[in-house]
Amino acid sequence: MTLTDWTVVLPVALALGGTALCAVFWWRPVIQSAIGIVITLLMLVSAGVLVCTVATEGPQTMAMSGWPGPFGIVFAVDLLGAGLAFVTALVGLLILIYNFGDQSSDYRRVGYTPLLLAMLAGVSGAFLTGDIFNLYVWFEVLIIGSFGLLILGGKKAQLDGAIKYATLNLLATTFFLIATGLLYGLTGTLNMADLASKVAAVDNRALVNVVAALYLLAFGMKAAAFPLFFWLPASYHTPKPGVSAVFAGLLTKVGVYALYRVFTLIFPASDTIFADLLIWIAGATILAGGLGAIAQTDIRRLVAFTVVGGIGYMLVGLALQSPLALTGGLFYIFHSMLISTALFLAVGIAGRLGGSYDIAKLGGLYRARPAFAMMFLVVLFAVAGVPPFSGFWPKVVLVQASLAADAPWLAGVILVGGFLTLVAVARAFAAAFWDNGEEEPPRATHYGDRVGALMLPTLVIIGLSVLMGLAAEPVVQLAGQAAAGLSDPSAYIEAVLGGSE
Amino acid sequence: MEPILAVVVGILFAITVFLFLSRSYVRIILGIFLLSNATHLLIFTMGGLTLEVPPLIPPGATVPTEAIANPLPQALILTAIVISFALFAFLLVLTYRAYQALHTVDVDEMRDAEPLVEEDGA
Repeated sequence: MTLTDWTVVLPVALALGGTALCAVFWWRPVIQSAIGIVITLLMLVSAGVLVCTVATEGPQTMAMSGWPGPFGIVFAVDLLGAGLAFVTALVGLLILIYNFGDQSSDYRRVGYTPLLLAMLAGVSGAFLTGDIFNLYVWFEVLIIGSFGLLILGGKKAQLDGAIKYATLNLLATTFFLIATGLLYGLTGTLNMADLASKVAAVDNRALVNVVAALYLLAFGMKAAAFPLFFWLPASYHTPKPGVSAVFAGLLTKVGVYALYRVFTLIFPASDTIFADLLIWIAGATILAGGLGAIAQTDIRRLVAFTVVGGIGYMLVGLALQSPLALTGGLFYIFHSMLISTALFLAVGIAGRLGGSYDIAKLGGLYRARPAFAMMFLVVLFAVAGVPPFSGFWPKVVLVQASLAADAPWLAGVILVGGFLTLVAVARAFAAAFWDNGEEEPPRATHYGDRVGALMLPTLVIIGLSVLMGLAAEPVVQLAGQAAAGLSDPSAYIEAVLGGSE
Repeated sequence: MEPILAVVVGILFAITVFLFLSRSYVRIILGIFLLSNATHLLIFTMGGLTLEVPPLIPPGATVPTEAIANPLPQALILTAIVISFALFAFLLVLTYRAYQALHTVDVDEMRDAEPLVEEDGA
């Protein structure tokens, strides 16, 4: 057991420790915020170290209590998991900084920071574990954290949204558990690396397909893929922006990550009947997100639909399964985790300035706050995938991959989806920021005392987005390396099982 | 034994689906509770049933000398029971709070998060 073994579990251990520490200071929200910021900083550093280790030395593992895989529970990290854990820590840190700037009372409720840290523990655990039942446990950890965050404040709409969110998410994790139970009965193992070869050797392909279908259903629900996305726009807009932002940035991506992991390692889509189905789901999700966004008048619901549309692009990468498509899909995941967060934060600031989230009532924000309007426009462009922002390159890669896979209609859907998103966000910007002639100027135009902390997270993400857009080559290379690890998981499998033979 | 349990699991799933089709949210959460119990039973059955052989290795041996019961499914179920129990408790409290705030548990009337367009132009 070396020091690098410990970095594998450190992000999760830090988040859990932070949760416990916050519980000690239960009635001291200020101390809790400070703990949260220190913990997420440490998580960021440890995940950064982990990314560097994995990028140079290949997948890393740590077996709980020294029981080697496939017998014990193993944490196994490849470049994809490490990169996602890194972005998770970054999003957590930025959200806590935003909440420091947003002084409305809901954030100073005592439960906020511990629940957020518990959720980050669940999300990081899901990205780092190498055991499918353990993955289920992390899913439950993250949803119990998210339930708490969603109802913090206890408004009517929140309770209503929480009921739908909780029901569907519980249903999804129960399907996940059913599938895992069946899979264990079929193969006698729960270790994902071990499952890769054991599932391929199962003779009863019909039952394997049933299990794969259950996983597709469970993770598709989590990821808000078509046609199971309705819970997302029904609930994501109800809590405070600081909560919506972390949900949009992290939670659906855990579902997408689980799909990527399960449908490359355990059930390679080419081996099952689901490759074609995934392509249809991906295309329909893109269009549903785009069309849904155009139809909205509440700006928070509008951006919730753009999150749904983004899921579609990630699924295109998974559905086509070529290294090029996987590269594009993974690039899009990293882009979307950051930019969805920024989008909800920017919307939060807009709602705060305008006193409403209804785009018809906002009107004229540009006159009141031109600099903020420019920042908002940049975030919208980044979401719609306009160059030079980070959303552009993964879409180019995905279009290329669709054409290479002889699916020109899919390339068309990607382009139409991008166009719909652009129309939706341009319409929202025009209505909310330009004068509409009749309405009075916005009521509240105060940022509060801590403008810096309010703006910093969005500005950091915009900076990263521009950086990823202008210097796309290294990002594409990293995503390509992670995609290669998915297409050919032998290094991952050897890292997990190598010691046990 | 397995066929009987398989049928029981099937019946429980069927009841769950029936409860999910209800408009009353209370019935829906009862359905969720039943579904998780059906799932535990399913894992138990899928793990293979072995009667009256404890999962113990005789003294001195490093591997079991004869067939033993598989303890892993029970460990999985124990984990799942604890989790589903906690989440069910949360859902009950959430339902009660929602009933206090919204004055209904009819899912058709729970439209606070997504107001209908015709009603208030939102």
